[in-house]
Amino acid sequence: MLAASNKATPAVSLDPQRSFQGLILTLHNYWAAYGALILQPYDMEVGAGTFHPATTLRSIGPRPWKAAYVQPSRRPSDGRYGENPNRLQHYYQYQVLLKPSPPDLQELYLGSLYEIGIDRHNHDIRFVEDDWESPTLGAWGLGWEVWCDGMEVSQFTYFQQVGGIDCTPVSGELTYGLERLAMYVQGVDNVYDLNFNGGEGEDRVSYGEVFLQAEQEYSRFNFEHANTEALLRHFEDAEAECAALLKAGDTGEGLHLMGLPAYDQCIKASHLFNLLDARGVISVTERQSYILRVRDLAKACAEAWLKTAGGGAGETANSEEEANH
Amino acid sequence: MPDLLLELLSEEIPARMQPRAADDLARLMAEGLSGAGCTFDRVEAHATPRRLVLSIEGLPAAQPDVREERKGPRTDAPEKAIEGFLRSAGVSLEECEERVDKKGAYYVALIETKGRPTEAIIADLVPDVIRKFPWPKSMRWGSGSLRWVRPLHSILCVFGGDVVEFEVDGIASSNETTGHRFMSDGRPITVSSFDNYGMQLESAYVMLEAEARAAVIAEEAADLAAQARLELVTDEGLTQETAGLVEWPVVLMGAFDESFLDLPPEVIITSIKSHQKCFSLRDPQTGNLANRFLMVSNLIAEDGGDKIVQGNERVIAARLSDAKFFWDQDLKVALEDRVPPLKDVTFHARLGTQAERVERIGTLAGEMAERMGVSVNLAKKAARLCKADLVSGMVGEFPELQGLMGSYYAHAEGLEHDVADAIAMHYKPQGPSDEVPASKVAQAVALADKLDTLACFWAIGETPTGSKDPFALRRAALGVIRIVLEGELKLPLSQIIRPHIAGPIERRMETEPGYVKQLIAKYLEDGEDAAKAEENWDKGRREECLAREVVAMSDSLLSFFADRLKVYLRDLGARHDLIDAVFSLGDQDDLLKIVRRVDALGIFLDSEDGQNLLAGYKRAANILAAEEKKGTKVEAEVDEALFEGAEEEALYAALQGAENDAVVSVSEENFEGAMAALAQLRAPVDAFFDAVMVNAEDEKVRANRLALLGRIRAATLQVADFSKIAG
Repeated sequence: MLAASNKATPAVSLDPQRSFQGLILTLHNYWAAYGALILQPYDMEVGAGTFHPATTLRSIGPRPWKAAYVQPSRRPSDGRYGENPNRLQHYYQYQVLLKPSPPDLQELYLGSLYEIGIDRHNHDIRFVEDDWESPTLGAWGLGWEVWCDGMEVSQFTYFQQVGGIDCTPVSGELTYGLERLAMYVQGVDNVYDLNFNGGEGEDRVSYGEVFLQAEQEYSRFNFEHANTEALLRHFEDAEAECAALLKAGDTGEGLHLMGLPAYDQCIKASHLFNLLDARGVISVTERQSYILRVRDLAKACAEAWLKTAGGGAGETANSEEEANH
Repeated sequence: MPDLLLELLSEEIPARMQPRAADDLARLMAEGLSGAGCTFDRVEAHATPRRLVLSIEGLPAAQPDVREERKGPRTDAPEKAIEGFLRSAGVSLEECEERVDKKGAYYVALIETKGRPTEAIIADLVPDVIRKFPWPKSMRWGSGSLRWVRPLHSILCVFGGDVVEFEVDGIASSNETTGHRFMSDGRPITVSSFDNYGMQLESAYVMLEAEARAAVIAEEAADLAAQARLELVTDEGLTQETAGLVEWPVVLMGAFDESFLDLPPEVIITSIKSHQKCFSLRDPQTGNLANRFLMVSNLIAEDGGDKIVQGNERVIAARLSDAKFFWDQDLKVALEDRVPPLKDVTFHARLGTQAERVERIGTLAGEMAERMGVSVNLAKKAARLCKADLVSGMVGEFPELQGLMGSYYAHAEGLEHDVADAIAMHYKPQGPSDEVPASKVAQAVALADKLDTLACFWAIGETPTGSKDPFALRRAALGVIRIVLEGELKLPLSQIIRPHIAGPIERRMETEPGYVKQLIAKYLEDGEDAAKAEENWDKGRREECLAREVVAMSDSLLSFFADRLKVYLRDLGARHDLIDAVFSLGDQDDLLKIVRRVDALGIFLDSEDGQNLLAGYKRAANILAAEEKKGTKVEAEVDEALFEGAEEEALYAALQGAENDAVVSVSEENFEGAMAALAQLRAPVDAFFDAVMVNAEDEKVRANRLALLGRIRAATLQVADFSKIAG
């Protein structure tokens, strides 16, 4: 111990079975080696990794795409003031999007589990039916939740439609619930007990040291103090801004110049809706209409995206030209 | 006779879709082959989480050859005509025969089509079946356009030992497959026949037959339970489902903390079943749940399953903690306090909230209780609280526990036993074999719940059609029927339904634009202008339309009850002609009365008196029908002065007595008595037909005798419409 404290660098392990960040780094290395772009989280509040434009928008249109990233995800109504060992209003998703979905996607995914130390000879890994649908994104897909010894560790989805647009080619989306997976491999029953950095003794930093205070504070904000009038106003502002940008960006000649900023406003509206929902100010009947309003934005953004370079605008026209020659 | 083996290997197929998919594969392939003239001895199909497998034995090597003759032109027809014929028949002149008829000689083309090799038929058929496969939900993947339930990886297709070659969306058929995802060595398995396929798969840890996997699960589960001196809480559905989740089942036992046993057993069973697909265990001595559970894994683990058990135990502990949390939280809130929040829960967009529904059920339950002679207060109280658990945490998590949880909470807060029981039982019976509530209070609430549901959906026109019954209205009607009959309840349904159905109809008038217009059109007076009527819509018109619609809708609902009752009685083995004979009397809205009448009628017709009276009735009815067809009017009154013999007098006297007795008995609902009254008619009717000639010379005598026959028909109509009775 004495010797350890004298060291300039603390004794930390990057073993995914002992370190939360080690788990993330292991996944980064695995998917980077496969050839995926390692992107950073999107700098906006989102409910799931799927909202990152690197998934939502990149899954639409003809261009191939391979990306992996961590996305902090906010679900205001899941906050429990830090008192529930499994529920958080802010948590991390590890998201992989491969387009077109490769034929060996299941094996690739299993490879990532083996990489983080889930041994195929001693763990029961199962693909259990789970159809995915995001009403706010106008998206759906088929796939499974992946169980490891009865624990859901990932979502595995073949996107069929996003923003109301058929996905051709189809993207394969893998979403790992990082805290849950880490709890499983670290053998911890309370998320706040996770070893974050893989350090021991004095060098150990727990998940709770990093996030417990945030969970408490944000639960207060989400459930009690968020100014609902302001939120409602912001929602309407975001909705209006989104529509304005969509209009302003459309050249009228099959091209769009502001698909991405417009989509940001859609993300914003979605998160504001989640906050309003957590504050309990949206009635059951209103709920549906808010969801539809966000979906309309998502659909319009998806259509705009198709008119941008990233969405493959001009590519189909080119290939048709080539075919004509 | 060669055999066909087909395996479609894909990513994991949802368990619930597997049995149907295997059947569909067998059916589509069998139809396709038979349709092409390739008959076979045997077909079997299997499904595992990753494969659909089909074996067809005893196919021919080729389609049968087909010989066809086609008549052509005369032999002396212009050359062009003959050439045209040969071209269209696809034969040369040498392949034609000359035949001669009365008009002379003509050509007949003999077209012989060689049967295609079965292999070629299969090569066309399989891709077609794959492309058109009726999955309930299918998907695309990668850059392809093929749809399958999940990505399709390989197609093994072997006929008579050889690969049938074809390609579907880039997947070429082969004679290779792979074994278990985790336990096989991953090397391709080369297959030549179904036997050899099954054996190789078995050694690669794949049990092909779902029944075999289910049997292993049941057997290992029973063994493990016995070793722990426990007993399995059997669940056939769960056994089937888990058999669809694994290719090689391995059952393991885990435990949870004993403190969770404080939870109601149904909560534990449901929690570990619905989330984790695990089985519960109980102590056979006490019948109480044990703190053990069984899981079905897909792996023979190197460590004997320790890690798998540990993992599952942790998940189950977390699940039960959640359940415990809900239970503890729920117990803090009185059911009464959960009633107001029901106004935020939609029952149906066009029918309002659960609060409004509870209000209606309460009124109806009170009325039922009054008719049944049980405490109106208890029934109303139970009705008021019967949906309160919908807003409890536990029911939010496990909707299938609705009713039951409410009952637990009612007990916990010390409410009357009858109230708690009625809350649990008011959803019952949920089908033909589910139990009927035993207590009268529960029956009152159960009836109110079901009648309200039926009346409401009838009012908005959401009635079952064909195979579509999204609101389970047939089940609700059957529930009413079973409660009424098994509880021997006398309920005049029309009287009950009419005032109740008015509410939702009025609601529609107020909330649905266009509905008033519909009603006006429906009840427009002859020659009246719809637009004018709309303009002049007032209170009086509103009342009138409402009243007429109430009658129309409740009559429609009543005839639905009649249909369901017929189905129910038929299922119990009652003769449907007897049911028709009773329904045909019209105005039947007392289910118990109908059934008693049908029963009495059946017993009567099984007796000799009954059989003979029926024969006499038929004879009378035939004569009357023949006369009525000729336009003869049969008098209602009989003139005794016109009688010529004792048999006529005797029959008339008997008819008067019998008809009167029958009317009295029916009014007392003594149907055996009514039948006995009719039985008195048998001898005089027989004697009448033996001795009296209906077709008398004298017009008046004849008419009088017809009137007498008319009275036989009238007398029997007091009991049933005998014309509907067969035999």
